[in-house]
Amino acid sequence: MNENILQIQHPVLSISNLMIAYGKDKSAVRDVTADVKRNAITAIMGPSGCGKSTLLRAINRMHELYPNIQTTGDILLNGESIYKMSTTRLRRKIGMVFQRPNPFPTMSIYENVIAGYDLNGSKLKKGEKDAIVESSLHDVGLFEEVKDSLNKKGNFLSGGQQQRLCIARALAFKPEVILMDEPTSALDPLSTAKIEDLLVELKKQYTIVLVTHNMSQAARISDNAMFMYLGELVEYDKTKKMFTNPADSRTEGYLTGKFG
Amino acid sequence: MDSKERIAEGENSNWRERKDKLFFGIVVILSFITISPIALILYKLIVKGYKQINLDFFFKVAPDTLQAMTAVRNGELLPGGIANGITGTLLMVAVASVIAIPLSILIGIFLYENQGKQYANLIRSLTDILQGVPSVVLGIIAYIWIVQGITKGFSALAGSVALAIMMLPLIIRSTEETLKMLPISIKEAGAALGVPYHKIILKVMIPSGFSGLMTGILLSISRVIGETAPLMLTTLGSTAINLNITKPTSAVPLQIWEFYNNPNMIDLVWSSSLFLLGFVLTLNIIAKRISNQFN
Repeated sequence: MNENILQIQHPVLSISNLMIAYGKDKSAVRDVTADVKRNAITAIMGPSGCGKSTLLRAINRMHELYPNIQTTGDILLNGESIYKMSTTRLRRKIGMVFQRPNPFPTMSIYENVIAGYDLNGSKLKKGEKDAIVESSLHDVGLFEEVKDSLNKKGNFLSGGQQQRLCIARALAFKPEVILMDEPTSALDPLSTAKIEDLLVELKKQYTIVLVTHNMSQAARISDNAMFMYLGELVEYDKTKKMFTNPADSRTEGYLTGKFG
Repeated sequence: MDSKERIAEGENSNWRERKDKLFFGIVVILSFITISPIALILYKLIVKGYKQINLDFFFKVAPDTLQAMTAVRNGELLPGGIANGITGTLLMVAVASVIAIPLSILIGIFLYENQGKQYANLIRSLTDILQGVPSVVLGIIAYIWIVQGITKGFSALAGSVALAIMMLPLIIRSTEETLKMLPISIKEAGAALGVPYHKIILKVMIPSGFSGLMTGILLSISRVIGETAPLMLTTLGSTAINLNITKPTSAVPLQIWEFYNNPNMIDLVWSSSLFLLGFVLTLNIIAKRISNQFN
């Protein structure tokens, strides 16, 4: 339906007929088909329980951690089905940032950034590690702030800094896509603004898929937007178009605050 | 507000203050009543037991009856100490820990990972039942399994097995509770980095809950270190230091029992009890420290 309007060339992700159900008959995502544009921010909006987090987590197969999950349909990453990759390889290419900053509490800032390599048993030389840590922290604008305390634990940082540390941890793998599940919902407005600026900066190198409850955030930073309702992808379009002239009455109802 | 109301309010707050003080007083009195047993026990043990606590007490084995009798007749301190008991206790607790800690941490992880599942609930209930099994019964079981079945005679190993069974439920529950307290988001963070499941548990969850696990382990050790009944049935006791786990071995609580049965060695009952209680209290304080750090 909407792909025609978006005209996405060489999508980085292409979701086709994706259905996800918890248990026998509780379907969370119903027949979603959509392409995600490279080097852009795609926002997924919708009321609580509409399936937006499940859809996001399906993209790196994190939803498989829940019990009794059933998935049909397919998701292609650069043309390759994610169900044919190992989760380790998939999640190197598709990073994830969560609602609440979740640095590993026992690790230092340095160890947190390099954790993806260390925990997977990659043998890197000290110099290679240093370079990855420095460039990842640079990318999230945290390097200057923490360069003298790289060996301190991550929890002494402020909430916003912790979230940027978590983004750096995801960036360390140089992923294709970064999934973000309401990354600013636990942060104060100032930290939120910093993260939003960062995302706009990051989309030059990465593709970002962002679940957000915050409509103004979607309007401010996203290029394309999906609106989901009761597990269905109701509308998927350029953000500007969706906010000014939504095609579906349900989208309009949500954006004007009639429900949600 | 007119003056009458204000007066009424004043009286009211007076009454409230008095009520407050009254309750405070009751709480203080009840607290004293609660701690008085431990205070009285400590007092008695220190007064009666301090004399025997010297270097020999830690480094020499228990005296024989003749030595004790001679010392009592001459009004001297009892010679010797409880080195055979201390080494035996440490040996058995160490072996019990080697058996119980890995096993119960694995079961604790299993229970944590299978919340709400029926078989996990069954195992949890069985664990609770195990905690309620009288220690002397565990002693009999260890006697049949180990003393009759493996070592063909009383042995430290049999005692260790009895103690290990006692430690299991405590560590299992504390492991599960500790893991439940950790935010699920750290586990997700590991999974999102593509880290395999066993490494998330070993390298992320266990280190994050380390102090919680440590607290559970220390408390379980302090719980079994003073056990007497199962050891009587399994390790019997020994007058010499023994570090061979297939042979009968002494333990501090066993020695207390032996000293109690010998009218000449009553003084050693007090000092050994003081030592044992001090050891358990120290373990508890360390456990408390570690768990505070965790929270």
